[in-house]
Parts: sequence; C-alpha cells; structure tokens
Amino acid sequence: MLVIEGVRVTLGGTEILHGVDLSVAAGEWVTVIGPNGAGKSTLLKALSGTVPHTGVVTVDGTGTTALPRRRRAQLVATVAQQPVVPPGMRVLDYVLLGRTPYIPTLGRESARDLAKVEQTLHQLDLHRFAGRELATLSGGERQRVFLARALAQDAPLLLLDEPTSALDIGHQQEVLELVDRLRREHSLTVLATMHDLSVAGEYADRLVLLADGRVAADGPPEQVLTEELLARHYRARVRVIAGEFGPIVVPVRLS
Amino acid sequence: MRAAGLRVGWLIGGVGAVVVALIAAVAFGPVSLPPGSVAVELLNLIPGVRLNSGLNPREIAIITEIRLPRAVLGLLVGAMLALAGGCYQGVFRNPLADPYLLGVAAGAGLGATMAIAFDERALLAPAAFLGAAGSVLVTYLLGMAGGRDRSSATLILAGVAVSSFLAAIQTYLLQRNVDTIREVYSWLLGRLSTDGWHEVRLLLPYALLTGVVVLALRRELDVLSVGDDEAAGLGLHPQRSRLILLAAASLGTAAAVAVSGLIGFVGIIVPHVVRLLAGGSYRSILPLSLLFGAAFLTLCDLAARTLIAPGELPIGVVTAFFGAPFFVLVLRTSRQVSL
Repeated sequence: MLVIEGVRVTLGGTEILHGVDLSVAAGEWVTVIGPNGAGKSTLLKALSGTVPHTGVVTVDGTGTTALPRRRRAQLVATVAQQPVVPPGMRVLDYVLLGRTPYIPTLGRESARDLAKVEQTLHQLDLHRFAGRELATLSGGERQRVFLARALAQDAPLLLLDEPTSALDIGHQQEVLELVDRLRREHSLTVLATMHDLSVAGEYADRLVLLADGRVAADGPPEQVLTEELLARHYRARVRVIAGEFGPIVVPVRLS
Repeated sequence: MRAAGLRVGWLIGGVGAVVVALIAAVAFGPVSLPPGSVAVELLNLIPGVRLNSGLNPREIAIITEIRLPRAVLGLLVGAMLALAGGCYQGVFRNPLADPYLLGVAAGAGLGATMAIAFDERALLAPAAFLGAAGSVLVTYLLGMAGGRDRSSATLILAGVAVSSFLAAIQTYLLQRNVDTIREVYSWLLGRLSTDGWHEVRLLLPYALLTGVVVLALRRELDVLSVGDDEAAGLGLHPQRSRLILLAAASLGTAAAVAVSGLIGFVGIIVPHVVRLLAGGSYRSILPLSLLFGAAFLTLCDLAARTLIAPGELPIGVVTAFFGAPFFVLVLRTSRQVSL
C-alpha cells in the first residue's frame, strides 16, 4: 500500500535520511522506533510532503512526490507530534479543517463534508464537545480531536507522529486502542512513530528500527525488540521479557 | 450545531451599522439636516428613484458634493484598514499584527514627507502610495532572502528593519526642512479631507480588488491557523496563500493610507472586537471587520469634525479615544477571551 524506496532527506545541508526503504501493506500497522535524532519524525514529514525528499514514495500505486498537495492530502492524513491548537477554535470547526482537501479554494463545505465531520465526531465520542473550544479540552480529549481531524480527511494512510507522548498511561492505551479499532473499521493503513518500545510492540504488526537515518531492523516485534539490537542502537541496557501481546522492554541500570 | 461562518444576523447588523453611519455622517455638520430627508436623498442617488426629500438644492448640494464623498471615503478607508488588520493577524497568527506591520506606515510617511518637503503637494497621494507599497515589497523580498525555510517571524523582522531605515531617512528630511514638520505631522495623524470625489475615485479600484481577494480566500486563513506544516498536510500551499493575502491586504492599506494618512487603531481593534463578539473564524471576522471598520471610521470622522467645530480633531485621536475604552468594555464583558 505504502512503498518507500531510497528516500533521502537533507535539512540545512545535513543529510538526515540516507536512503530509507520500507513498505507497509494495506491495513497493516507499522511503527517506526529508534533513538532521538534517528530521523523518525523527518521520515513522516517527508511522507506527508512537508519536507522535500528524493527517492520514490507510492501510496496505493500512486507516486506522491509530484502529486498536487490537495490530492496528496486525500491519500495521506497526518497527526503531528504537537499539533497547533488554534486559539478560539471550536472542536467542530477544527475537525472540519480535515475536509480542506475536498473543499474548492473559493467554495465552502458541502453537506457531505459536514455529514462526514458529524459521523467522525460520533465515532470518537466527541459530539458532546463539538461546540467547545479545543483549547479548553484535556490532553486525552484533544488527542482524540486531532485524530478526528485526520479521519475526516478520509485518507487511506494515517501517519501518527508519537501520538501518545503527551498522555498518561491510561490515555495512551485508550488512544492506541481507538486507533486500532478505527484501523479495522475503516481498513486504514497506519504508520506511526513511538518512543515507548513495549507499547509500540503491543500495537504494531511490524516494527522498523531506524538508526542514523537508515533502517537497522524491520520485522515482527519479537525480532526487532531484542536486547542485542536495543543495546547497539539505543546504547541502552534492557531486559526483554515475553508478554501477553508482545515483548516487554524493561530498562536496567547500567551500574 | 453549525460550522463557524458568517451568521445572517451579524451580516444584517454590519450592513445596518454602515447605513446608520452613512446617514449620520451626511446629516450632521455645521448645517444639520434631518436624517430622514438625508436617507431619501441617498435613495435618490439610485438610478430610477425619484423621491421628494423636502430639501432645497443648496442642501442637496451639501449632501452630494461635500458630505457624501467624505462619508464614502471614511467607509472605504475604515473597511480597508480593518480588513487588512484582520488579514494580517491571521496570516501572522499574531493578535498584535496591524496593517502597518510590514513597513506601510514608514514607507507612506517617507513618501508624504518627501512630497511636502520638496513642495510637490500634488504628488502627495501617489508618493505615499508608492512609499507604502514599495516598502512592503522590499520587506517581503528581504524576508524571503532567508531561503526555503522562511518563517513569518523573518518577515516581521524584515518589516522592523525596513521601517527603521525609512524612518531614519524621514527624520533626516524633516530635520533639514523644519518648517514642514507641522504639516507632515498633521498628515501622519490622519485625516479624511476630500476634494469632491477625487480621493474616492483613487481608492475605489484598490479597495474593490483587495476586498474581493481577501474575502475570497478567508477560509484559507482558518486553515493557516494550524501552522504551515499542518496546513500543507491539509493540501494548502501556505507560502502561496500568505503571499496573495499579504499582497492584497498591503495594496488596500497603501491605497487607503495614501488618501487619508496614518489612521491608527482601526486595523487592530475592529477585528478583535468582531472576533470577541462574533466568534474566532476568519470566515466571519473578515467580512464583519470590513463592515464594522467602515462604520466605525465614518462615525469617528463625524466626531472629529463636529466635536470642536469649527475646528477639526485629527481622526487618529478620535479612533483611539473612543475605540480604546470600547474595546476594554468588550474585553471585560465577553465570555470568549481567547485571542
């Protein structure tokens, strides 16, 4: 569904990604892990078209690099790591922004756009917040609203840049379960980045370990979350314990 | 629940405010005319309408030759400044942005100072216009020189640099021509004086262009409010949208400043009052700023020329004197205080 071949990104004269190859099947959830500075967020930005890249990216067989922005936004929806919360904007209007790729430049939203927003708000149990200002919502509620905007975009590929980094453990689980449910219901393909390795392994079908701008490992969580790989690329001492839904990674003091 | 947008009630209110301001500005002055008769005479301007207002030809001439041009100029200048202010605030995602942010004021000030200092007063409006438009252009080119990663902060800083540079030249010119300081100062404070329909004819084409472009793209300002990266992810070209919106708003501001001087306060306060009262979406802020800005400035001009008649107050003094307390009142009574 998503095929990435030889993607390189140079920012400010420094090459951040040195030729990344990666493919994600339709309906699959792949999570990119890797130490700080490995290029996880940059990879997602390249895919959403906000930083320029070389190499080939195809979504559903369509090359996205030369695609008009609007068309690309109909294929790829992104939830940024720290989305901007526009002051004074209500939840309904924020989610409606997700329909931008379908609204003509000089036109206004159609009944179909509004129906889609309405449906998304109900699905994410957000309809009672529709009239509230986004800024007044709690962290967990906001994350659901960010997701709702991306879903309203009606794109088959969902990119999530550290979707749970601002949330407590309970809300992390809530949001990830929600993403998993939505993925099944809408047959979405999910490419996420995450720092919490155990959680990453529990929810993803496959993990991709990115280190120094290259793919260092790619496979099911059991193959990627190994003490040896994590020691080499994170310089971390960890124990990996078999858990109910995947390996549990526990940090261990160095000395 | 409905999506944010222009509510019909507010639209009617805005149009009503413009009509009231227009009739009041035409009716009151050294010779006061009954507002009802003024309204009838205004209707008579519509081709095909012939009603009897009971006014004599001299009074009708006062309306059509003297007061109406000035009232219409007030409407146009107020509309442009408030619309451009709202547009700038959206483009820069900064509630403190006003239409003079990118060097319009300094450029127009220098142009006007040169015209006055070199005794070419007939060229005052064109010189102010060229100064204003030119300085925004230079600001934009400098701000863009940073390469691909051009943020709006770079643009604002470029505006500060250009403004300071032009202000330095203007100050030097004033020092060399001390006798013109009073005249330049009075121009800088802003005033709506008219010579028949001349100023209106100068401003109208720019006002129409600016109004159409900014209002047509007002939805994009809502999308830009989530930042450039996310707006790009939603299918927008943030740089392109910003360029078009800034160019249109700056052109309208430059034209308004050229015929009226530097009238402060309208561009920053009117959009905020509208935002506080009618909601934070630019789809309503911009059209309502246009209408209420027009009405506000025309009423301020009425106050400026009647309060100390036969003398006249600088209109910038009036906009701030009445606008500031009103704004504080709205700020205090409004439930929705997020700017």
